[in-house]
Amino acid sequence: MSMHQVTLVEAVRLAALQEMRRDPTVWVMGEDVARGGLYGQYRDFLPEFGAERVVSTPISESTIMGAGLGAALVGTRPIIEMRIFDFVMCAMDELVNQIAKIRYMFGGQARPSVVVRMPHGIWRNSAAQHSQMLESWFVHLPGVIVVTPSTPADAAGLLVNAIRSDDPVLFFDPKNLFPATGDVASVIEPIPFGKARLAREGRDLTIVSWSAIMPAVEQAAATLAADGIAADVIDLRTLWPWDQEAVCASVARTGRLLVVQEAVSVAGFGAEVVATVLETLGPARVKAARRLGAPRIPIPFSPPLEDAVKVTPAKIVAAAKAAMG
Amino acid sequence: MEPTHNIRRLMDLYRTMSRIRAFETAALNAHKEGVVPGPLHVSIGQEGVAAGVCLNLTTEDRITSNHRGHGHALAKGAGVQGMMRELFGREGGHCRGKGGSMHIADFSVGMLGANGVVSGGIPIAVGAAQGLKMLRSSAIAVCFFGDGAINRGPFLEGLNWAALYNLPVLFICEDNGVSAFTATDTVTAGPGVIARAASLGVPGVTVDGNDALAVDEAAGRLVAEVRGGKGPRLLHAKTFRITGHTSTDAAAWRDPADVAAAKARDPIDRLGLLLADRGVATADLDALRLAVFEEMEAAVNDAKAAPWPDEAIAYEDVQDVGAVRFSGVSA
Repeated sequence: MSMHQVTLVEAVRLAALQEMRRDPTVWVMGEDVARGGLYGQYRDFLPEFGAERVVSTPISESTIMGAGLGAALVGTRPIIEMRIFDFVMCAMDELVNQIAKIRYMFGGQARPSVVVRMPHGIWRNSAAQHSQMLESWFVHLPGVIVVTPSTPADAAGLLVNAIRSDDPVLFFDPKNLFPATGDVASVIEPIPFGKARLAREGRDLTIVSWSAIMPAVEQAAATLAADGIAADVIDLRTLWPWDQEAVCASVARTGRLLVVQEAVSVAGFGAEVVATVLETLGPARVKAARRLGAPRIPIPFSPPLEDAVKVTPAKIVAAAKAAMG
Repeated sequence: MEPTHNIRRLMDLYRTMSRIRAFETAALNAHKEGVVPGPLHVSIGQEGVAAGVCLNLTTEDRITSNHRGHGHALAKGAGVQGMMRELFGREGGHCRGKGGSMHIADFSVGMLGANGVVSGGIPIAVGAAQGLKMLRSSAIAVCFFGDGAINRGPFLEGLNWAALYNLPVLFICEDNGVSAFTATDTVTAGPGVIARAASLGVPGVTVDGNDALAVDEAAGRLVAEVRGGKGPRLLHAKTFRITGHTSTDAAAWRDPADVAAAKARDPIDRLGLLLADRGVATADLDALRLAVFEEMEAAVNDAKAAPWPDEAIAYEDVQDVGAVRFSGVSA
């Protein structure tokens, strides 16, 4: 199979393109999607698929989300584009009370087969309402899949799987990594949910992370290696389901765990990882279990202030060394 | 007006309304007895709207409903046994005992569910219409909501959306005059639902919702327009909720004069008088009401005797991938 190097935004564009060509019931709706989407993730979709399948909508998040659900209930497979994650707050009833509940509360009669795309994270000094990472909220919500890729190949393969999934999938595009490049196959195969990617092998320490902070984690791991600390670096790729087996097996070998998240650390997904590892392995087998994330403050605007909040390779190195004791 | 209302059609309306009344009366009694758990929102007095609208729909047409959805479900053809068992939380309920009264649904007849959130069904109906149009279906979507819903954002968004994409959706504002416990006109500015809809490009008409014939005739015209590709329409049906907001609300706060006036305009009694006037024997109408009473009594007895759902069912219908499995041990 031929591979080619593309940006992450091109990888997810190709994934959606492939699936819309494969299945005529797949369509995309959201603000500006007929113009290619805010990031170009739907570039050239309109001429190929027409205005009925590439629907630029009013700025009506409740109805973007709820109409996507309604369209799924009659047998189509919408991709619901939220443009910027933070706008999903305007559609929380439709997502939390309707999409996540409808199959269950109707006893299995409904199949809400939608993909909700929510580009999230710190991006170009966009301040408090355009930078949030609240993925942990949705892991707490029964009924949905939570996808948080970090590489072009993973984003593409996971998006293909999301579009084919009968479950509702919340797909968190890492918007700050849209320009990042990587190899993507010319035919994109689905990547299963709940399988982590081992980004780097090491015996001294397990570092678990996901989404936009992964490049910083890998950079930190290289620095640690130069200092003689070999880290297993696990990119979870999906937070529900998540690869508890891979993480526990790694910590069972290394005895030390560091979870790195761009999100606020307090009550974040890192807490779930630490608790699960401790419950599974028992405290005697875990010499260190730490979290690194943002402080519990909103994302500020000014570049030096934003930088101060960000998790950086240097902070990850320091946290890893602290975990080494 | 065309003489569309032959006796058979009038009897269909009468039967549907009587079944809704009998179902809800039986359910309320069972609730008082303590065998129906949770809140029950009944539509006693409003049956003319559900019956008149749904008589104009096919099984393929989809409806969304609100928290007061028993009548919509029954009028759309939902199975009574599955509905009653659902209200009782028993095995064999349409929602396997996981929805109850507030989430009554029967997808097999196009009833896409009652909804616990006011206006929650509006975006869903609009999207269903969009999907049906995309799939080149001749079916339409019909969206029931109350007068309280017109003060929520999804009403504005959904009507704008439906008009924008010229979608096959009929909005039914079932106006019983109260938003839960508060008179809607005391919390609603402007000239009301028809004007709001018109401002968004959705033509609408107002009818007396307690006149099932008027509802049927208006809905018939609007359904034909919607099905004919003319775009969304709105039917504003003015009615009255004779009972309280929920089964535990005795509605003592209501003006007794209003309730008495509403009872005098009871949609079932009115149609009964008309049928008698057209020569239907009172004994035939009594027999019909007795038959539906017995049907609902049997449904209650069936539900009472039905087993509780197995504990493992609580763990089913969540999601395919990442589902939590029942351990076999009660939590």
